[in-house]
Amino acid sequence: MQAFTTLHAAAVPLDLANVDTDQIVPARFLRHPRSAGYGNFLFRDLRERDPEFILDRPEYRGAQILVTAENFGCGSSREAAVWALTGAGFRAWIAPSFGDIFFENSFKNAALPIVLPAGRVAGLRSQLHAAPGTSLAINLARQTLRFPDGGIEGFDVDPFRKECLLAGIDEIALTLRHEQEIAAYEARHLTPP
Amino acid sequence: MAATLYDKIWNAHAVAAGPGGRTLLYIDRHLAHDGSFHAFEALRNAGRSVRRPEATFATPDHYIPTRDRQAIADPQLREKIETLAANAARTGITFFGPDDPRQGIVHVVGPEQGITQPGITLVCGDSHTSTHGAFGALAFGIGASEVAHVLATQALWQTRSRTLRVEARGLLRPGVHSKDLVLALIARIGAFGGTGYTIEYAGSAIRALSMEARMTVCNMSIEAGARSGLVAPDDTTFEYLAGRPYAPTGADWDRAVARWRRLPSDPDAVFEREVALDAASIEPMATWGSSPEHGVAIGGVVPDPAQQPDPTRRGSMEKALRYMDLQPGQKLEGLPVDQVFIGSCTNSRLEDLRIAASVVRGRRAVVPALVVPGSGLVKRAAEAEGLDRVFREAGFDWREPGCSMCVGMNGDLVGAGRRCASTSNRNFEGRQGKGARTHLMSPAMAAAAAVTGRMTDVRKLLAG
Repeated sequence: MQAFTTLHAAAVPLDLANVDTDQIVPARFLRHPRSAGYGNFLFRDLRERDPEFILDRPEYRGAQILVTAENFGCGSSREAAVWALTGAGFRAWIAPSFGDIFFENSFKNAALPIVLPAGRVAGLRSQLHAAPGTSLAINLARQTLRFPDGGIEGFDVDPFRKECLLAGIDEIALTLRHEQEIAAYEARHLTPP
Repeated sequence: MAATLYDKIWNAHAVAAGPGGRTLLYIDRHLAHDGSFHAFEALRNAGRSVRRPEATFATPDHYIPTRDRQAIADPQLREKIETLAANAARTGITFFGPDDPRQGIVHVVGPEQGITQPGITLVCGDSHTSTHGAFGALAFGIGASEVAHVLATQALWQTRSRTLRVEARGLLRPGVHSKDLVLALIARIGAFGGTGYTIEYAGSAIRALSMEARMTVCNMSIEAGARSGLVAPDDTTFEYLAGRPYAPTGADWDRAVARWRRLPSDPDAVFEREVALDAASIEPMATWGSSPEHGVAIGGVVPDPAQQPDPTRRGSMEKALRYMDLQPGQKLEGLPVDQVFIGSCTNSRLEDLRIAASVVRGRRAVVPALVVPGSGLVKRAAEAEGLDRVFREAGFDWREPGCSMCVGMNGDLVGAGRRCASTSNRNFEGRQGKGARTHLMSPAMAAAAAVTGRMTDVRKLLAG
């Protein structure tokens, strides 16, 4: 897996709560293999309906950070939602809360979901609206986020996921190091299915 | 020390401790479906094998057509089902294929076969895996990477969730079902009210529910933001499981039941959060918007975004109203619907079909209506008691089992701009098809909508 260490990139504000993974990537695209390039499917229906959709505005071209609202990525467990975002160049998303499975899926794809208090995220979106195309700087090792106004905010990240991201570790390889413990567990507890 | 049901299952499955308080959790059962091809592909690309094939059970549901299955016309759909069959054969996992009467929606098949049992951990690459919590199993949905992880290691790194107990007091009134209960809960706590929590459903209203009805409640836990829902196992659970193909038998059964009886949360166990619901005050519900939290009693009106103080939520409400073509203050009852869908992992079990049929009997559907049983066995059982005839004579379409119009991957779609009364779990924009407008409700309410062509309080039909 690719490592995630620091990211200095333009951020897009998306003022919508409860953005579900069906909107991030509509179901009809899921039949494609991952090699199809899921970035092309990102928010497809929203973009078709709204030519002014914020991700399509020229001032946000090349943005790699999404700043949004509560419960981003709720709904279906489709990991393709994360592939659509990373395929379109995004590496980090900031919200007051995330859909739980989407949150997990993010880390598995070298992307960083950051949870900040709702008021702080709303303030950040306002700053980005006021100065479209502004960059944010994320430092994962230090767990800091530098805002356009120069303010620095710390964020929490699970130490295990942080290590995996920083080193680009494949989690399955890590688990296989515990093979003996898994086998011992099975020997103690297993009843036939 | 007093422990919750969640604690007991968690503690019994901890294999190893990881950094940051994470635990390597052993996974007892894994369910796979025809959307799991991404994970099998990742596993294969990494040159990894399936650690314990006997723990995984696969059946096509997302992509499988609900008719003309002998010759699936769409080559992409056919390929998805053939891929699952090939992956199952190659890895040695159990496969309930299109010709097998056990085929169906994974969350219907698992319980039906007795694969789902109290106290186990169960995962599936589908968010509605929370359904299986109805048995007192720790069950949650995972993404494709985690599916590959489970196939390769039979374990997952997890962080303990917080615990929320929802106590539903009293009893549901006639015409009000478990779907109404859970829609009322989500309307109350919000679509992210359960984020970070495992919800344990308790109280007299939950105890009185059948296993089918408990599954409906646990199924929708994900729509409240929780990854899992739980109901403590009791005699209702054991009666449902006894004699199921994969359930223990003989002395093993007795030992299992003795073990299962120790699972319920200790009386003095502490939950981090508690919510009480008065079940007797719950009315038949329907959603007006594009989030499962947008539910109101059928006699209610579409809320006014202007009254929502939070600007982000207000914006989402406004967007939902535009999408749904509804006005603030509009009454839900009487709103014309274009079609009806009865099915999905929320409401496609025999009990759901019986409830819907009891409303339909002797009436005619006045809009196109589709009934999709949750499994081949549900379909056969329904046909054995004549439910298919009730639906067919009323002009309903009676189909083969699958996810169908809940997720719109198999070709069963709601047309753009059309309004569907649906027993499924999600009313997201585009969920049932591009531009489709979904109103979530119980099977009884969906049946009432089918025979009146409008959103209707089903109790009025029961009284008449």
